[in-house]
Amino acid sequence: MEKLINEFSFGLFFWQLFIFIGLIFLLRKFAWKPILDAVNQRETSIKDAINLAEEAKKEMTSIQEDNQKILKEARAEREALLKEARFNGADIVAQAKGEAKAEADKIIAQAQESIQNEKRAALHELKNQVAQISLDIAEKVIESELDSKDKQSKLVNQLIKDASL
Amino acid sequence: MPRGLYLYLATFLLISFSTLSAKESKPIEGELNGNLKSEIKAYILHHLEDSHYFNLLSYKDKTTNEKVYIGMPLPVILWDDGLRVFSSSKFKHGKNVVYLDDNYYKLYHGKIYKTDAQGTINYDDHHHPTNIKPIDFSITKNVISILFTALLMFVLFRGLAKSYQKNGMIAKGVGRFFEPIVLYVRDEIAIPNIGEKDHRRFMAYLLTLFFFVWFLNLLGLTPLGINVTGNIAVTFCLALTTFIITTLVGKKHYWKHIFWMPGVPWPMKIILAPIELLGLIIKPFSLMIRLYANISAGHIVLMSLIALIFIFKNWIGSSLSFVLAFSISIIEILVALLQAYIFTVLSALYFGFAVEQHDENDDH
Repeated sequence: MEKLINEFSFGLFFWQLFIFIGLIFLLRKFAWKPILDAVNQRETSIKDAINLAEEAKKEMTSIQEDNQKILKEARAEREALLKEARFNGADIVAQAKGEAKAEADKIIAQAQESIQNEKRAALHELKNQVAQISLDIAEKVIESELDSKDKQSKLVNQLIKDASL
Repeated sequence: MPRGLYLYLATFLLISFSTLSAKESKPIEGELNGNLKSEIKAYILHHLEDSHYFNLLSYKDKTTNEKVYIGMPLPVILWDDGLRVFSSSKFKHGKNVVYLDDNYYKLYHGKIYKTDAQGTINYDDHHHPTNIKPIDFSITKNVISILFTALLMFVLFRGLAKSYQKNGMIAKGVGRFFEPIVLYVRDEIAIPNIGEKDHRRFMAYLLTLFFFVWFLNLLGLTPLGINVTGNIAVTFCLALTTFIITTLVGKKHYWKHIFWMPGVPWPMKIILAPIELLGLIIKPFSLMIRLYANISAGHIVLMSLIALIFIFKNWIGSSLSFVLAFSISIIEILVALLQAYIFTVLSALYFGFAVEQHDENDDH
């Protein structure tokens, strides 16, 4: 102990204290604070990045879930639409069929009526011609009767031949 | 196979050289060894002390029979009714008496004394000089080493701090090696002992302390013969700063634990108070002695082992001493780090005690 006290140098103690305390303050300002700040900043940024990634992952899963849901909904809607379309189509076809049939019936009826009309007109015409021809024959017969009996019958025969319809 | 070869070689060398050295022993060796031993002892003790010179080596000139020193003198600054500054080269290693402003100064065993013109040193009964010692503020070898370390630390850690700005938050260069150590001090020393909340304001002190002690310990292992952390004034200063900080930041809880220990009956409180108060002093005192003793002991052991090489003066003993010195050197490198670590951990622990706060009523 005495040796230690004897060895103690006040000058060295003074310089050591002076330099050491100066060093603490200098390093605190110029080294430790920037170093620790930088390290802290780096650590926070890493932590933030990890958190962000975690969040993004979560968001991703939620988006995927949403997508699934939307897809499901869309599929259901498509099913419904298809069903409806099918139903509608059958309806339309049936209606069209009905309409077409009605139209066809109508056209047929019209055609028949028109045929009847034509037939009637043709018969009418025929009757008129037959009457005319009969009149002509009668006229000729009357004219030839005036000549001879033979001639008359000859003429009648010929006329009948001519009047072949 | 190589192992067997080494073994064979070793045995061969052992046998051959032990016989060789036995033949060479001389009758006067004992006397020579005695001189050498005391010389070595003086040399080691001298090395452990601070010096007014920065000497690398010294030898005896064979022609003039005078000691020649290789190194440089350092400035001497004395306070003796005024500031006196001169170069230590004027002392001529204690042979000269320096005359300055009507005063005579002499360097005697590494200390400066006021003497008369002849440089007479008076002794008391215990062979201690009784001459007046002026207050010595000299820039000694240790002060130079401390300054060098401070400068080195500043350059190193300033570089590290700057490299963050330049390199996008990633350390670069030499400082990069020290970044994990800085983080270690923060994460393994400061935070566990002081706590997440309070550790920030102690970081500057703890980091400076750790690297300062570590670097000076390592500097002491270089062949420059520096012994700073094995000097009681230096360790006293370090322990004192720890003590002062502990005392200044001490909270109510800390002082209550010392003067009026909670949770024990009152007679115990009275007995515990002086013990705790003594503990206040013992803690930094143990810090001071631990570092001083470890480093001094390391230096003494290492130098003694190296000195053994010259005492043995034969192949086995000297090579054995070399191997021992080499292994001790490696251990000392570890000790250098370990002592810096222990000093810092204990300082952090004391700060942790001082700032600790308990909201609940606990009984310890």
